[in-house]
Amino acid sequence: MMSHLLTGLLVLPLAGALFVLITRDDTEAGQKNIRWISLLATVATFLLSLVAWGRFDIANPAFQLVEDGSWLSETIRFKLGVDGFSMPFVMLTTFLMPFCIVASWVSVEKRIKEYFIAFLVLETLMIGVFASLDLVLFYVFFEAGLIPMFLIIGIWGGKRRIYASFKFFLYTLLGSLLMLVAIMAMYWDAGTTDIPTLLAHKFPHGMQYWLWLAFFASFAVKMPMWPVHTWLPDAHVEAPTAGSVILAAILLKMGGYGFIRFSIPMFPDASLYFAPFVFALSVIAIVYTSLVALMQEDMKKLIAYSSVAHMGFVTMGLFTLTPQGIQGAMFQMVSHGIVSGALFLCVGVVYDRMHTRDIAAYGGLTDRMPRYAVAFMVFTMANVGLPGTSGFVGEFLTLLGAFRANTWVAFIATTGVILSACYALWLFARVMFGPFEKPSLKGMLDLSPRELGLLVPLILLTIYYGVHPAPVLDAFAASTDSLLKTTQAALGAAAKTAALAH
Amino acid sequence: MYQAIVFLPLVGFLIAGLFGRIIGARASEIVTTAFLMAAALLSWVAFFQVGLGHGETRVQVAQWMVSGDLKVDWAFRVDTLTVVMLVVVNSVSSLVHLYSIGYMHEDPHRPRFFAYLSLFTFAMLMLVTADNLVQMFFGWEGVGLASYLLIGFWYNKPSAVAAAMKAFIVNRVGDFGFALGIFLVFVLTGSVAFSEIFPKVEEIAKGTFHFIGYDWNAMTIACLLLFMGAMGKSAQFLLHTWLPDAMEGPTPVSALIHAATMVTAGVFMVARLSPLFETSPVAMSAVLFVGATTAFFAGTIGLVQNDIKRVIAYSTCSQLGYMFVALGAGAYGAGIFHLFTHAFFKALLFLGAGSVIHAMHHEQDIRHMGGLARKIPFTTAMFAVGTLALTGFPLTAGYFSKDAIIESSYATHTYGNAYAFILLSITAGLTSFYSWRLFFLTFMGQPRWDTAHGHDAHASGHVESEDDSHGSHAHAGDHGHGHHEPHESPLSMLIPLGVLGVGALFAGLAFESFFFGHAYEEFWKGAVHTGPDNHILHAIHEVPGWVKYSPTVEMIIGFVVAYIFYVQKPYLPRQLAESQPTLYRFLLNKWYFDELYDVIFVRPAKWLGRFLWKKGDGLVIDGMGPDGVSARVVDVTNAVVRLQTGYVYHYAFAMLIGVAALITWYMFGGAH
Repeated sequence: MMSHLLTGLLVLPLAGALFVLITRDDTEAGQKNIRWISLLATVATFLLSLVAWGRFDIANPAFQLVEDGSWLSETIRFKLGVDGFSMPFVMLTTFLMPFCIVASWVSVEKRIKEYFIAFLVLETLMIGVFASLDLVLFYVFFEAGLIPMFLIIGIWGGKRRIYASFKFFLYTLLGSLLMLVAIMAMYWDAGTTDIPTLLAHKFPHGMQYWLWLAFFASFAVKMPMWPVHTWLPDAHVEAPTAGSVILAAILLKMGGYGFIRFSIPMFPDASLYFAPFVFALSVIAIVYTSLVALMQEDMKKLIAYSSVAHMGFVTMGLFTLTPQGIQGAMFQMVSHGIVSGALFLCVGVVYDRMHTRDIAAYGGLTDRMPRYAVAFMVFTMANVGLPGTSGFVGEFLTLLGAFRANTWVAFIATTGVILSACYALWLFARVMFGPFEKPSLKGMLDLSPRELGLLVPLILLTIYYGVHPAPVLDAFAASTDSLLKTTQAALGAAAKTAALAH
Repeated sequence: MYQAIVFLPLVGFLIAGLFGRIIGARASEIVTTAFLMAAALLSWVAFFQVGLGHGETRVQVAQWMVSGDLKVDWAFRVDTLTVVMLVVVNSVSSLVHLYSIGYMHEDPHRPRFFAYLSLFTFAMLMLVTADNLVQMFFGWEGVGLASYLLIGFWYNKPSAVAAAMKAFIVNRVGDFGFALGIFLVFVLTGSVAFSEIFPKVEEIAKGTFHFIGYDWNAMTIACLLLFMGAMGKSAQFLLHTWLPDAMEGPTPVSALIHAATMVTAGVFMVARLSPLFETSPVAMSAVLFVGATTAFFAGTIGLVQNDIKRVIAYSTCSQLGYMFVALGAGAYGAGIFHLFTHAFFKALLFLGAGSVIHAMHHEQDIRHMGGLARKIPFTTAMFAVGTLALTGFPLTAGYFSKDAIIESSYATHTYGNAYAFILLSITAGLTSFYSWRLFFLTFMGQPRWDTAHGHDAHASGHVESEDDSHGSHAHAGDHGHGHHEPHESPLSMLIPLGVLGVGALFAGLAFESFFFGHAYEEFWKGAVHTGPDNHILHAIHEVPGWVKYSPTVEMIIGFVVAYIFYVQKPYLPRQLAESQPTLYRFLLNKWYFDELYDVIFVRPAKWLGRFLWKKGDGLVIDGMGPDGVSARVVDVTNAVVRLQTGYVYHYAFAMLIGVAALITWYMFGGAH
């Protein structure tokens, strides 16, 4: 029996968008309705994803909840399904969307209708990316998702939004065109765009390198990896709070997802060959962007740079091809989704009050905002990777994996734990500690009930996953095992043919 | 029972932390203190059960993480070493809680303070009960967090905030090594649990490991990396700079965290991992060398400091060096014994200092004290007890543990033993000198506080009986407002002093036979491992007589010199400082470590960060990439009215072309 749960996940936000579309937004009541419809749609999507989670068997590494329908042709099909690598991201997306809606509750004042439509459409597209089992379908979702994000930055963004959205556009265009060419080449070789079939297909040795590089161009930009990371700080700075949350929490993860879904299993020879290259870029990213983060004067930019550093741990972990490295990278992505999303929400809290992200404009806020201080402290510590928060588990596992693969990589990457403490604590100290004497801050109010409602669940989750990461780790344990087995088998086979040739 | 010991402080933290503002300060104090008292009581029960009775037990609490062959549990490993630490941590912590009720009674943020104290205690307990390296790391960083929060408790004070950050970051440098050490141990043994690591040590002891370009002896590099963590946490030479600054925190915090418990975590760690360290003579030498250097170095700085808390802080640093020397010498029992006795007398000294500061209305400079003995006699007496114990006066606690360390540094075969023995002996004299200097300047001689407090001095004729020590001060809220008559502290502060005083006097005498005497084997039951070649226990009984008496002689010399300098001829110190200005400034400025680190680490990091940001990201990457391209495109599209939507069309168009191209190609090319 074919279930239609995943289609339901795609349709629900769209249905919400449709309702928003037909609601009038020129009255106070109409605007209120728009907000509530959006919230309802995202919450319903989340509940439905919980049902999907209930039906999902974590012990089974194969694709589940598969739906298959005809689309463009007999071979390019509308095929959906999830496995241990994609399911956590689907959950992360549906979980965080209601937070984004609530975060935009009062801060968005112009073109409300379009704003919420953009977000709801974006949700559908993001879920689509993670749930597609057809390469062309994946590509369409992957690329189309950029359009609403582009709009969100470009229309509801800050002063330099045009520049930021342009940069965003240039980078991603370059990457995606190369990926498109690679997809064509893959179809030419394998005769299908069906992902499960492609996963079993063995691409010729020489071809793998080119395909790997083409996919890498796209995913590295998305991640973003050094040196193609410079679009991220600008995009974050200009994006509205909820846009930053989605950008950091979900969109960045598409790069990591791409690596683990396509690059590693489909091109194992090339992945092994290029692993030192990825390590080099990851390690540079960790040290370089941490140092840059240290000197930032804008709160959002600082967190954006720290995101690049944290994504460095992910790419490093993935290409160690060890269970700890891969699981750690997956966990790091989920954890970073929660923590960096929450950090951007925290910035949003003070931004809504003061309309500046300048670190120097703040100081001693703990006096006026003790609750906020607690929330901000928890997420800062999670960002630093303090054991007991979710940030630690991912960092620890990826570093452990790296240590097994190459001690130099682990050695340099571990300096990241020192640097992250420097920039994160310095940010916290400059904003929250010190004398409370700036007259402009005297009227600051502590967290409102709405903001508490946003941050408290994320605090609980951060600590819960830090102490008990099993629910997340187990979700992709079986998939990691099976991935490593097939990769090792492919590599073993390659080694054998190489040995025979000599 | 062990769950109760560990989790009671956590519950206290949650109650005071989450509901502190609802239930009020008084309730928070009572709840956290009562929980800690209960935990302390249970710890003593456990101490006698485990120390005198059965051996090691393991309590599984939950599973933390499983990934591939890595398996990490939340579990307690309870053996003699653990229960010793339980007793130390919970006893001192409960006394500090009690003391803080009096000391902090004017602070509006008391619930937060007590929550932090309990949080710290919980993290420390997780550390000492850890059954595996990762859980130990959890406690390790947890105490770091609590220490950060408590040093920065008065967060409006920039110096406190800076000190808090410094403590956390310097500790992170140590943790960098600790983390790498954990990875290496896991790669070598396939496990992070102590019970699985220790049996495998023998077989890998001779192996080598290729780490960052060199082939190392596997155990040596593992121990050195782990020891780096210990150096950070225990403020050893090179990573010590955070500890003196940490005195920015409230004084009870200094007593609990920066004297009795957290800073000894490094000592505990090395003792816990003694099966690893025993296999590596190089690592043992490193421990010995670093410990001896720290003991001497911190002792010299302590000679000239003028802040009452900083003198004791450097003394702590120095005494931690002693403990590491014992560990490096293979005399784990002696090291832990000193940890145990030190906890009593150093906490006593800090709490005594807190009582002095309380009496002096937040004055900490000993140059502005003097003659306090008549004003606060009980504090003075207790401070004297602490000083006696610290300097190793015969039959006090320090006498037993410190002399055992100096003797073992003489008797050991670890490379560098002569260096350690000479430095430690000199340091014994230094310790005695700076301790008595502190005592004489603070409590003896003429009062210097009348003149020092010129500001806001109003002759209100404030008369108070000198022995008013019963917490019934009417002027409790008036601190710093002109009542400069020193007064004895309330009872809640004096009781802890008294209890610790008893410990400082008798803990050595009472427990020596267990820790390092004839009941050694029955007491430790293998909780600290001594290898087959380690004969320190026998060798120590065969040291020559002059070695045994030298610490006592040093102590007397230090006392006499201090007496001459600060009681008989108070003009001498100034003369000496003026005749040796370079040396004096070198010591006063703490060997210029802060300045050195600023030049070689802090500034370059900031410069590099700015350089990479402006030049790397801005000039090179953006300049070559998007900005260069976009500059051209923007020229063209400036004419477009609504830029943002214009770009969207571009983008959507590009994507559509892509999809169209794919389909076209598929229709023509895919048919065959």
